[in-house]
Amino acid sequence: MADSGVTDGLCDTDDIERSKTEGKELTKEEKQRLRKEKKHQKKIKEKKDDAASHEDEKKKKKKKEEKPVGAASQPPTQPSQKAPAPAPVPVPASETPALADKPAKSKADLKAERRARQESERASKQGKKGDVGQPVPTSKPKAPPSELQPVVKRLPEHVQVDNPDVLKKLAKKLERQQIPLRSDYGYKVSLFSHLHQYSRKAPLTQQLGIPSTVIHPAIVRLGLQYSQGIVAGSNARSVALLHAFKQVIRDYTTPPNEELSRDLVNKLKPYISFLNQCRPLSASMGNAIKYIKKEISNIPSQCKEEEAKSKLLSCIECYINEKIILAAKAIAKYSIEKISDGDVILVYGCSSLVNHILCEAFEKKRKFRVIVVDSRPRLEGREALRRLVQRGISCTYVLISAVSYILPEVSKVFLGAHALLANGYVMSRVGTSQIALVAKAFNVPVLVCCETYKFCERVQTDSFVSNELDDPDELIVTRKGKTQLEHWQEVPSLGLLNLVYDVTPPDFVDLVITDLGMIPCTSVPVVLRVKNVDQ
Amino acid sequence: MELQAVLMAAGGGSRMPDLTYNTPKPMLPVGNKPLMWYPLNLLERVGFEEVIVITTKEVHKMMSTDPKMKDVKMKLDVVCIQEDGDMGTADALRHIQQKIKTDVLVVSCDLITDVALHEVVDLFRAHNATLAMLMSKAHEFTDTVPGQKGKKKTAEQRDFVGVDQSGKRLLFMANEADLEDGLSIRKSIMRKHPRMHIKTGLEDAHLYCLKKAVVDFLADNKSISSIRGELVPYLVRKQFSKTTNSPKIKDDAEDQNQKTIDELLISSRDEPLLQLAQERSCWNDHRGDMSEAYHGGKLRCYVHIIDQGLCYRVNTLAAYIEANRLAPKLFEEPAVHPSAVISERCQMGSDSIIGALCQVADKTSIKRSTIGNSTTVKEKVKVTNSIIMHGVTIEEGCNIQGCVICSNAVIGRGADLKYCLVGSGQQIEPEGEDQISFIHIMQCSNDKPVCFRIVRKHRLVSSY
Repeated sequence: MADSGVTDGLCDTDDIERSKTEGKELTKEEKQRLRKEKKHQKKIKEKKDDAASHEDEKKKKKKKEEKPVGAASQPPTQPSQKAPAPAPVPVPASETPALADKPAKSKADLKAERRARQESERASKQGKKGDVGQPVPTSKPKAPPSELQPVVKRLPEHVQVDNPDVLKKLAKKLERQQIPLRSDYGYKVSLFSHLHQYSRKAPLTQQLGIPSTVIHPAIVRLGLQYSQGIVAGSNARSVALLHAFKQVIRDYTTPPNEELSRDLVNKLKPYISFLNQCRPLSASMGNAIKYIKKEISNIPSQCKEEEAKSKLLSCIECYINEKIILAAKAIAKYSIEKISDGDVILVYGCSSLVNHILCEAFEKKRKFRVIVVDSRPRLEGREALRRLVQRGISCTYVLISAVSYILPEVSKVFLGAHALLANGYVMSRVGTSQIALVAKAFNVPVLVCCETYKFCERVQTDSFVSNELDDPDELIVTRKGKTQLEHWQEVPSLGLLNLVYDVTPPDFVDLVITDLGMIPCTSVPVVLRVKNVDQ
Repeated sequence: MELQAVLMAAGGGSRMPDLTYNTPKPMLPVGNKPLMWYPLNLLERVGFEEVIVITTKEVHKMMSTDPKMKDVKMKLDVVCIQEDGDMGTADALRHIQQKIKTDVLVVSCDLITDVALHEVVDLFRAHNATLAMLMSKAHEFTDTVPGQKGKKKTAEQRDFVGVDQSGKRLLFMANEADLEDGLSIRKSIMRKHPRMHIKTGLEDAHLYCLKKAVVDFLADNKSISSIRGELVPYLVRKQFSKTTNSPKIKDDAEDQNQKTIDELLISSRDEPLLQLAQERSCWNDHRGDMSEAYHGGKLRCYVHIIDQGLCYRVNTLAAYIEANRLAPKLFEEPAVHPSAVISERCQMGSDSIIGALCQVADKTSIKRSTIGNSTTVKEKVKVTNSIIMHGVTIEEGCNIQGCVICSNAVIGRGADLKYCLVGSGQQIEPEGEDQISFIHIMQCSNDKPVCFRIVRKHRLVSSY
């Protein structure tokens, strides 16, 4: 996910810069001026159409932490941060004249709308205390938040591995959090040298002390299971992550003079860095983490610890139930409508959702057969094959090199997804885009099944920019006692590439089945926007 | 906390009675450090901060006076038990059950190793195992051992260890003594793991990671008294027994209050979430049959087998001698202790170690030997291939070869000892020519040697 930039185009007034660099609190006038400018900019951008995003939320959170906290005396200035404030902020009565003073570029109806929004937000925030713990008011009734500001977006660190400064920053951050740095392994193919490549044989636990005190044991266990591939698959990883978080929350005690809502989030940060080092986080995990952080920050400070903890645990349960279990049921219901008797369905790899759908369809007495396509080095198709055959579904098993030979028999292709990107591209296991391509050439409908919690705001059009490199030694195979590639590192012109993901353009995907219904691929941004509104 | 370390230091050293007569086994000097210092050092290096040490009062007293033990920076929680020797390792665990709050790492005091401990613990963590243990390829000790008549030791009972294809999952473990009429493997194991590798040349390092549920299980089942002898084979067998899916159907003979290990394992919280994660994960530990990962079994035992690197259990005399030779290589410490007084005309080999406060006089030659603290070696002494413990006095002109001389012994002038084992506090008379091989001098309670095993008689050292 692209991180938002720290600087945005708002901060171009000199004196505000000056006072910032001097480290002083902005004076009231300066803050008012800043706010006016922001609103001005926002109005300009409001005309344009775009996808809603959480970027400003994140920025706001970040800024909230950076800004000096002692703003108790200036609650009206609390929201006057650099983040564009599309969300309403509690504006006291003294500010409304300021609004009226604005240059008359604003349209009257927009102003009224905004005021209405602010009123409602203020009303809802009456009971809440603790301005720092305040969550970002997330309801954005009017869709386009000012993402269109000329924001300098920073590239995430995990796609800048060949930049030594970024690496140094990362090393410093990890040192601060007392997490060992995992070193890259082996020669990286030049096109992908900007990504991390780790070895499975060098787990991160080598550098940790054994009774891990810095990192909760449940998280260490989880990290190990991720890096060894024992927990693999988007849904499984999210569920395991939430399970580990439940244990962390259970074992957590608030230190004195700290608030649970802030301290727990800070406790989770090193854990997330650790898990990231073990294996880069998936989109679904990222969304789950965001949800949890939001829930934790939403805990009112007068809530007792036990109550807060049980509330968080039930939130997690609820999330898993809604987003994974019930979503799977809903998707299965929609998909079964699409499966008719006599179908020949092609699936690729092992997607827990697709397997679930096929098993449900079989329960509902649909008559179909399945062709499982598999690819090296993971050979996950074997596991899918096992699960389907165990239920009694008749299956055929081919390798991906045979896809074009088998496609004339196929009536539908069901694919699972790791994430759905904001421009409609489908990020899935490497090989999926090929299957979709060949299916399109044969005019076979391609249906992608994906829960909404895997939708992410990232935009990608190719598989190079952001991907995951797995251990290159996994490609090595021993046949008849001979391992040809055993000394591949010594051959200077040879590089082994083990990609994990690839992106499929929306032209190749005919339908996306989500728990919200069956939508075309291009409607993903709409879903994202609707999701934001709901939250 | 993730793991609690427990050091078992109450063992008697029954296989080397001569050495342990005066000094309890945990405090035997190896490379001039007490034996139990080595596992403690291993735990400290890896990052433990607290260790529960189960030992006897005698050892506890000696621990508090030993200078090397003061180097140990971890907090040692010493639990003293009776020395009558009836308490097995599992009994000791049961004794400290109240202190055990999480999973345990049980180490024996006689383990000297440089293994990367995270390999064992990673197996334990990643697969949510019930037991993870360490084994190494057994070593053949080639040096001549004093006291041995050169014949092969009587049948060391072999251990048969069965591991699966990957070499990590422990499928079968039995000792030769229990397998009177051949080795039989249950069909259920073969059905689940059709390929099993059975190894006999492995030595158990006595390092176990056990789940907390096992300690609770031990508390209920008082019949198990030894971890190695009974608990481990039990757990390995239980992996493949039919799980109690219906807990209501129990044996009438079984005590209704006794929980089986399965129930204890299953009764963890959030089990449905773990199940869900495992279901959704596309990983399986085996392939070729229709069952899910781990064949649905909750009890899993794993083993990490090392074939390179140092891993010794010092429970026999041969192992003791070997350990003395190799243990110093583990650490980058100067061979000669700074407080030792060595005269210039002494020839010292590079593999020798001199302890603190030693005095070595002129014209001595010390090769491949270990000399303990506060030992005095007078002129013209030749010490080769020997282990000399603390407080020994060696008078002039002695020639000591391949011997083990226990603490506070006095070797008289001109004595010539080959492959001897001199007990604690013994005195060898001057001019004692022991060109005799394998004289065994034991000590009995009134400080007089009790018996000898004499192979060839030239001249007795002392006669009784």
